[in-house]
Amino acid sequence: MNHDHEKTGAFEYLTTRKDELVGWARKFSLFPYPFVTACCAMEFMSVSSTMYDTDRFGAALPRFSPRQSDLLMVVGTITHKQAPVLRRVYEQMCEPKWVMAFGVCATSGGFYQNYAALQGIDKIIPVDVYIPGCPPRPESVIDGIMQLQEKIAGSSHPIVNDRF
Amino acid sequence: MPDDLLERLRSRLADEGREATFAHGLLAVQIPREALLDTVKLLKDGFGFDLFLDVTAVDWPGRDPRFDVVYHLYSTRDHVRVRLKTAVSGTDPVVDTLVPLFGAAAYMERECHDMLGIRFRGNDDLRPILLYEGFEGHPLRKDYPKGREQPLVRYRE
Ligand code: SF4
Repeated sequence: MNHDHEKTGAFEYLTTRKDELVGWARKFSLFPYPFVTACCAMEFMSVSSTMYDTDRFGAALPRFSPRQSDLLMVVGTITHKQAPVLRRVYEQMCEPKWVMAFGVCATSGGFYQNYAALQGIDKIIPVDVYIPGCPPRPESVIDGIMQLQEKIAGSSHPIVNDRF
Repeated sequence: MPDDLLERLRSRLADEGREATFAHGLLAVQIPREALLDTVKLLKDGFGFDLFLDVTAVDWPGRDPRFDVVYHLYSTRDHVRVRLKTAVSGTDPVVDTLVPLFGAAAYMERECHDMLGIRFRGNDDLRPILLYEGFEGHPLRKDYPKGREQPLVRYRE
């Protein structure tokens, strides 16, 4: 039996920082809740299915209960009539949670400025990442997801403490 | 065939107070509001216009009477449509409901009431359908301020 350590190329150990390890794990386990109201839905379908495949970013499986999700994707125009519903959905999500404004309507009301349209969801809930475009290209959405991942990886989690 | 039908219809309708002309290949009839129910009944029972397409209104701010209430009916047998217009004043924007003739009119009249504030005598259920309870005014009227919003949720600071 050979007791010397040989270089086999196998994965033996690596060094990292605890917070980076946790951040790396968290950023690939997003559970999106799609709050889809308008034409941007078409791009949402495109970006989440085979061609662009958000599964690569760990954000594939939409949860249709806000209580099981941590990323609220607001896709499309929000009207004043819908605003209380969106607010309620947001409140039902557990911490930690993130919000993505998908497209210019969710970001700012887009080209609607009238009696019906809410002028951006950040008027009623906090937003982490805004994706421009009407509708946004799938590439911009992926860029948005990656920026959000950076934010998640860089943020602290209560599990990382002195006893961990 | 449809041309023939429309011609018959035109001569049948063109009497005192009713004006029937062709516009954009569509028979357009201007009627006094008292004649609304009778005219629609005639179109439905006598000429086979069996599908109620919509009711809406047009606001002419400087004009008296201020509103035109506009109806479109369609015949699924002859594939033609007809437009009815009746003028109502801004102070008394009331027309008869068409619910006894077309059940579908109930929802469309609610929408027209939401958007332009036309009231339909005989339709008791004019609750908001596209708008919400507590919304003041009628947003498609020309004097509704363009940027006036009536949020339901308090904005964050
Ligand atoms: S941003 Fe454009 S595509 Fe998206 S919901 Fe608004 S209007 Fe539709």
